[in-house]
Amino acid sequence: MKHTQTKKRYLINFLALIVVFAVITLMGQLGGGTMKLKIAPSIWQCSYLIIMAASLNLVLGYLGQLSLGHCGFMAVGAYAAALISLAFQRAGFYTDKAGPAFLLVLLISIIVAGIAAALLGLLVGIPALRLKGDYLAIITLGFGMIIVNVINNLPFCGQQGLSQGSASSALYANGLGFSNDQKMQYLWLAALVVILCMTVMFMFVRSKYGRAIRAIRDNEIAAAASGINVSYYKVLTFTISAFFAGITGALYACCNAALATSSFAFTNGSILNSVFIVVMVVVGGMGSLTGSVIAAVVLFLLNYTIKNGAWVTALPSLLQNVFTYPMLVYSIALIIVIMFRPKGIMGSREFALCDIPRWPGWIRGYFTSRAANKAAKKEAKVHE
Amino acid sequence: MSEERMPILETMHLGISFGGLHAVQDFNLKLYPGELVGLIGPNGAGKTTVFNLLTGVYEPTEGTVVLDGVPLNGKKTYQFVEAGIARTFQNIRLFHDMTVIENVKVACTKDIRYNLVDSIFRTKKYWQAEQEATDHAMELLEICGLADKADVVSANLPYGQQRKLEIARALATNMKVLLLDEPAAGMNPTETAELLEVINTIRDRFGVAILLIEHDMSLVMNVCERIQVIDYGQTIACGLPDEIANNPRVIAAYLGE
Amino acid sequence: MITFIQFLITGLRLGSVYALIALGYTMVYGIIKLINFAHGDFIMVGGYTLFFTIPILMNMGVPGWLAVLPAILICACVGMLVELLAYRPVRKTGNNLTCLITAIAMSFVLENLAQAIPAIGPDPKVPYTLFSKTYSIAGVAVSQATIITILVSAAIMVALYLFTQKARIGCAMRCVSEDKEAATLMGINVNHTILITFGIGAGLAAVAALMYIAQYPKVYTTMGATLGIYAFVAAVLGGIGSLPGAMLGGLMIGIVQSAANTYISSSMSDTFVYLILIVVLMLRPAGILGKNVGEKV
Repeated sequence: MKHTQTKKRYLINFLALIVVFAVITLMGQLGGGTMKLKIAPSIWQCSYLIIMAASLNLVLGYLGQLSLGHCGFMAVGAYAAALISLAFQRAGFYTDKAGPAFLLVLLISIIVAGIAAALLGLLVGIPALRLKGDYLAIITLGFGMIIVNVINNLPFCGQQGLSQGSASSALYANGLGFSNDQKMQYLWLAALVVILCMTVMFMFVRSKYGRAIRAIRDNEIAAAASGINVSYYKVLTFTISAFFAGITGALYACCNAALATSSFAFTNGSILNSVFIVVMVVVGGMGSLTGSVIAAVVLFLLNYTIKNGAWVTALPSLLQNVFTYPMLVYSIALIIVIMFRPKGIMGSREFALCDIPRWPGWIRGYFTSRAANKAAKKEAKVHE
Repeated sequence: MSEERMPILETMHLGISFGGLHAVQDFNLKLYPGELVGLIGPNGAGKTTVFNLLTGVYEPTEGTVVLDGVPLNGKKTYQFVEAGIARTFQNIRLFHDMTVIENVKVACTKDIRYNLVDSIFRTKKYWQAEQEATDHAMELLEICGLADKADVVSANLPYGQQRKLEIARALATNMKVLLLDEPAAGMNPTETAELLEVINTIRDRFGVAILLIEHDMSLVMNVCERIQVIDYGQTIACGLPDEIANNPRVIAAYLGE
Repeated sequence: MITFIQFLITGLRLGSVYALIALGYTMVYGIIKLINFAHGDFIMVGGYTLFFTIPILMNMGVPGWLAVLPAILICACVGMLVELLAYRPVRKTGNNLTCLITAIAMSFVLENLAQAIPAIGPDPKVPYTLFSKTYSIAGVAVSQATIITILVSAAIMVALYLFTQKARIGCAMRCVSEDKEAATLMGINVNHTILITFGIGAGLAAVAALMYIAQYPKVYTTMGATLGIYAFVAAVLGGIGSLPGAMLGGLMIGIVQSAANTYISSSMSDTFVYLILIVVLMLRPAGILGKNVGEKV
């Protein structure tokens, strides 16, 4: 009885996703200057940021373990996808990036990227997840650093390989790296991958698996005493999370003409680093996948306007300087969010279309309860 | 009956020491199906340590735990639960950010038979298994008097109900032996009376064996068929409630000599 | 042989600097169970203070290394400010995870703030070189900076150890790290003690900055992040929360790095540092000298 209602909600969400997909596909077909130069690349960037934030949320929000090496898995995915596409090109499997052969290679490289990262996640997760809390954070940071460092030293993908010199243009000319035209052409693919990944993650957390890992987050000892195999579920979640991080790597390789390991380091000036992903998860709400989506898009837009907006140049020079280093703005925003809303924008709630009719009620409820709290406090003061 | 009654849970010479300190020594216990046994002793006597040994939280340094004829040496906590031993905690350990019914359904996880693919594609198997788990959980909440609180976040429950939820969660593991660690701690007399009723219902409905740690002597004397007393990790007395109440060693342990 | 001794000396010098920084991590962790990611950036603050004050002192005819005093003062102030403005409010509302994330964010704030201030960032600056004399002992070249670094670090470690064991405030620190509530009941001002710990930790970072720039005369805004991460690995390796552990971990990381640079390849040294960390944590989850405290059931 209860489940028919759930199924109805699923149907509505499913229809909404189809609409989103159709709109983005149509946008890709329309063309136009702004569309090609600004919107399509932005959608591509958003696509990997969204999946990245959501996949880290599985580990950070649902499992309650801080992983600081998440970008390492993305790096593995990116390099795996790039190398595979180049190998197919060298084998003469495709010559231009428009035909069905290339589409097939694209799909293969996305999946292989995910699998490569997942295998590494398994390999890292089994030893690392024996540790908890701060120590886990440190050891994942260490693994992330090692991954990046090793890739950098591999002759076929490191400093002399894909990232620098003449070979750097190889990815753009022959491999996955898209031009703006191709980003338009394959816009539907970005949308599809995001929708599929988000759906799978959503189904995962709304099942016995999700329940088990949230139980581990809330109380590990009680979870074990309820028959949950704690280490199995931890490693499973970590591996799945790494899988999706790998897929984002493939999308990243599509967006960029060259790969450099420094883009995946723990800290760097760009929008993409392990810390920024943590920011997205925390701001969106630990334990809310839709929160991660919202945070990823909002923070991307913020970043975009700071980098490209005309309003920044109108500011006094000191402030302009501040905005040249957007990480400063994000970090301060992060601290403020943690201070005043430690659970993030969405908390552990999910955004659902079916709940929109109930919003006015919720908002009213929020204000009445706040007013009641204030009144109670006033009363308490009077009594003092 | 011709055949001899088999104990469902048996421990033989169970013991553990932490760096030279013998927390529990030579602990022997036989628990028969449908039986309710009390485990009492002064503070720090090692009662909770016994529970930790019986659920695989600690690995014993000597002796074995045998459940239904199967020794459980070297198994992990979740394997003890799968074998059929469930417990509650002295200091309440709920999944505080999850709702009441989710708390119970977590304990059903090992009996929910669908895999990742089923959950991703929401197959018929998924819906069926979830529905069964929900029904089962509701039934248990009914027994513990929490059915109307199913969708409340567990951290928001009043204290007495949190203790009951712990029992409901333990029940959901389909155990053969239930270990209750001070279930009445901090309860007022009305709540304790309600709890007594719940415990009796559980025994009648499920026929499980219950081992109970409790400080509330009236509760222990009322419900337990047998009582085992430990002090400084060693069993000092074992027998019927009346015998225990008059045992000089027990009185000495509680009141000092 | 000479290569070996040279590598050992380099390792010890590098390790001493790491150990000094690791002490700051360990003290703060011991008292509030927080990995203070911003600690590395205190070194950067110290480095820039030295960069600006050394020429002023030299012009006044005072030895340049005395600039470490204002550096200690400023670092301590920054450390205490970070605790007051960010960590303390978050500690009230959040849990361990949110505190840790705040610490990471704070590190980014300091780094990027420095970059945004025109006088400081974003380009690297070269400070005045101190202790540049070099001695040659039996064919091994040893710089004055090396000797001073090793000696000063050792002295500070001993002093700090005595301080926590004997001094009143040191005892208060140990009390607070054992049990905050009991410490409050004994009349110890917990917040005050935490603040002092931050001050001392950050002050040590200033000394480390002096040692570091004596060897590598360059200051830049991310210098603390790189140095800090190694030092913090050192603290964890030795057993975070333990002062002797920090010293041991620091020296180990220094020697490992120096060995990797000398005998293998400098581009792989990161991998070895983290590999050692991972292996040690797998074998001893609380570090070499750390105490493993399990959760009580």
